[in-house]
Amino acid sequence: MGKGILGRKLGMTQVFDDEGRQVPVTVIKTDSCVVVQVKTEESDGYEAVQVGFEKASAGSLNKPERGHFERAGVEPRRHLVEFRCDNGEWSEADVGEELDVDMFSVGDKVKVSGISRGKGFAGSIKRHGFSRGPMTHGSRYHRGSGSHGASAFPARVFPGRKLPGRMGGERVTVEGLEVVDVDVDRGLLLVKGGVPGPRKGILKIERD
Amino acid sequence: MSEEIRVIEREHKRDDLPDFGPGDHVVVNVRVTEGGRERIQPFEGTVMRRQGSGINESFTVRRVSYGVGIERTFPVHTPRIKDIQVVRRGKVRRAKLYYLRERVGKSARIRERR
Repeated sequence: MGKGILGRKLGMTQVFDDEGRQVPVTVIKTDSCVVVQVKTEESDGYEAVQVGFEKASAGSLNKPERGHFERAGVEPRRHLVEFRCDNGEWSEADVGEELDVDMFSVGDKVKVSGISRGKGFAGSIKRHGFSRGPMTHGSRYHRGSGSHGASAFPARVFPGRKLPGRMGGERVTVEGLEVVDVDVDRGLLLVKGGVPGPRKGILKIERD
Repeated sequence: MSEEIRVIEREHKRDDLPDFGPGDHVVVNVRVTEGGRERIQPFEGTVMRRQGSGINESFTVRRVSYGVGIERTFPVHTPRIKDIQVVRRGKVRRAKLYYLRERVGKSARIRERR
């Protein structure tokens, strides 16, 4: 059985479960997923399966990429992602094998990785969850980052200090999400809860 | 909203419920599961509001029992509702009847729509 698949986030909605409870779900669409390369201990030093997603025209790829797909004998894909499987979880994968959402079944736990929404230059309250100062009553300290450390000694700010800066736009993984529904015909996967990234973002879905 | 999500929502929506709105007097037959047994529990009262849209839509029914006002909110599309009967259509001039909370007796009446 496959370990994972790639897809695009379509958005969120809700469904009712058997007991009539409302379940918040993220809808993920996947199609044209294919195994492009199988890496083994002997050939590459580690075990992994490389999966391609979304067909691309050969012209949009450079020559080395074209060669890579040609050798695998599959149509070019836009995205390539590797799934590590060092414990032989995905030993039966064959190059050229088409992947489908039927590798998951309802009730499975998955982890979903994506690129989180970029939030730009964010302050330390939003970025690190710092507390805010009083906004009124004569307070002149509102959303600052507080003390950055001691004074004359050490006379510097220690590395790793939580400060304002770029937030988001990084790879985030959410673990332990439950598969609520699998629609093989339409290539849809319904996962309970939210996943990182905007709508249409690329997601890596992996067995947890 | 993408077409795929619309289709999913359509599958979970129900189209067997009557048309009802704020001011209507309704009986909501709710499925209640107690110790593995399922039974129907009616909840009768005035629809106070409909809120939200699509699959997320909900409505609130208010009734006064033994002098205590009780409001229950249900998702419109929940399978826990067996059916809804509209007993009486009310004539009201607003969408949310929050003013009913401050009224009792005669002043809390709603005129019937014909």
